[in-house]
Amino acid sequence: MKNGVLMKSDAVSLRGGWNVEYNYAVGQVGQRFFQALKQGMIIAPKCPACGLVMLPPRAFCERCFVPVKEWVKVASAGTIQAFTIVPVKFESLPDPPYAIAFVLLDGADTALVNFVKNIDLSDLKKAAEKMAIGTRVKVVFKKRRKGSINDFHYELLDI
Amino acid sequence: MTRRKVAIIGVGQTQYRSQHEATLPELAQQAALAALEDADMTMEDIEAVVFSMGPSEFVGMNDPEKWCVGAVGGRNRPFMRINTGGATGTSAIHAGFYHIASGIFDSVLVVGADKVRECKDSQQVLNTIWDPLYERQFALTTITMAAFQAVRHIHLYGTTEEQMALIAVRSWKNALNNPVAHLKGRITVEDVMKSPYLCWPIKKYEICPSSAGGAAVVMVSEKKARRMGCRPAWIKGCSEFANTVFQGDQMGGRAEMDFADSDILAMAAKEAFHQAGIANPLKDIQVAELYAPFTICEISMVEALGFCGKGEGGRLNERGFFDIGGRIAVNPSGGTLCANAIAVTGLARVCDGALQVMEKATPGMQVEGVRNVVCHGEGGSFQFHAVVVLGAE
Repeated sequence: MKNGVLMKSDAVSLRGGWNVEYNYAVGQVGQRFFQALKQGMIIAPKCPACGLVMLPPRAFCERCFVPVKEWVKVASAGTIQAFTIVPVKFESLPDPPYAIAFVLLDGADTALVNFVKNIDLSDLKKAAEKMAIGTRVKVVFKKRRKGSINDFHYELLDI
Repeated sequence: MTRRKVAIIGVGQTQYRSQHEATLPELAQQAALAALEDADMTMEDIEAVVFSMGPSEFVGMNDPEKWCVGAVGGRNRPFMRINTGGATGTSAIHAGFYHIASGIFDSVLVVGADKVRECKDSQQVLNTIWDPLYERQFALTTITMAAFQAVRHIHLYGTTEEQMALIAVRSWKNALNNPVAHLKGRITVEDVMKSPYLCWPIKKYEICPSSAGGAAVVMVSEKKARRMGCRPAWIKGCSEFANTVFQGDQMGGRAEMDFADSDILAMAAKEAFHQAGIANPLKDIQVAELYAPFTICEISMVEALGFCGKGEGGRLNERGFFDIGGRIAVNPSGGTLCANAIAVTGLARVCDGALQVMEKATPGMQVEGVRNVVCHGEGGSFQFHAVVVLGAE
């Protein structure tokens, strides 16, 4: 302070933080989906009205506004619909570089996001060309699965 | 029910920058006082307050509007908080409009502030807007969201990274004439292209800053506006539409709309233009103040607003179509790429749009012969699009 005026060197801020833990209910749909993942399978609910096969799974069709009951098995391969490669670090997110893609699995009608692994990301431009929209990928399951969305990732086919 | 006419008669914004010495309530109050002064009113003249506050986690307080009630004149008055993520400020304008259009109130202060940089990394917060069971685990951020939109726009329409870069160049140049903008300057397409990739193909100069700042709008009924004899910005149309949070629903053969396009904005704009009696947006609208936090968003949005066909936004921008003095001035303020205090960015778009209609924008930023302005806010997983049409009469 100088003559009652706060100087730049006086400017203060107070450190703080939030650290709240949660237990998210996964619902009956989530339980069924995660059980299938544990068995190395991706299943998806199908709308009784419009037939939309939706991933991520949900208990209702957002378009028809009706509950879904039927499930179908989708393939462990699909087509990239959108992708990105992240070469910089964000707080609490994975260490870079990593690649993310929305993939339309064969038999599904909406795209499911996951990491694309085992791809050389050292040259961003080359990696982006390899992941172009339309590129085929496969689902690779972990050997030890917990019944969570992290039980699998995508890898490019034909490399 | 017939709607009463509503007039914006005062706007106020603080500087936008990384950090302010002022606390959040102090910042909101600075904006409120500026808007009241602009309207030639005092807090005594205000009947109700709408508080514009997006996600709480940037400022690290649960529902920060509680902290701000006293600072913005909420004591002993009707007070509500509005939150639609990035679209919050525009939605808050809608709420204020409904207060008056309904005939219940004659004068409303819409005000807010944000300090996005008070949290260590805004993307840590923004990752949590996605589904906790199936999506959040994959490091989704608003920058990856822009990347997904960009790669689809490039794939479908042949939009180029250079066309995206040019959006940033124009925005930063326009912001030179905006006294409150956070980022501004003369940069080249090459500068943008050389800036580091954050999420392919989005580069550092193509994203909005994390800003601190406050904004406020004073709006009144027609009776009151006529009595005050000022030149107001009339609210001629208000509309907001929402979409699913799931980005992947907008990709693939059975998608009802493509993630590359901003079809939800097209819906909101159609309704708002109808209310405003705007048949041909390109002819009837002179200025657009759009919530485009990434370059690709602006390209997608000008297409959704009907200023050009799908896939033409980038090419037309190269020809100066969206420059000040071009066919329609897009973000003459510099827009969201040059300041993003998220909770009030939609409000800032309305402030900057109202300044154009009132002919009070600074020289260089002021567009000649403004009759109608479209202001816009976008929030969530590119899922909320809110539109306000302002006009001189």
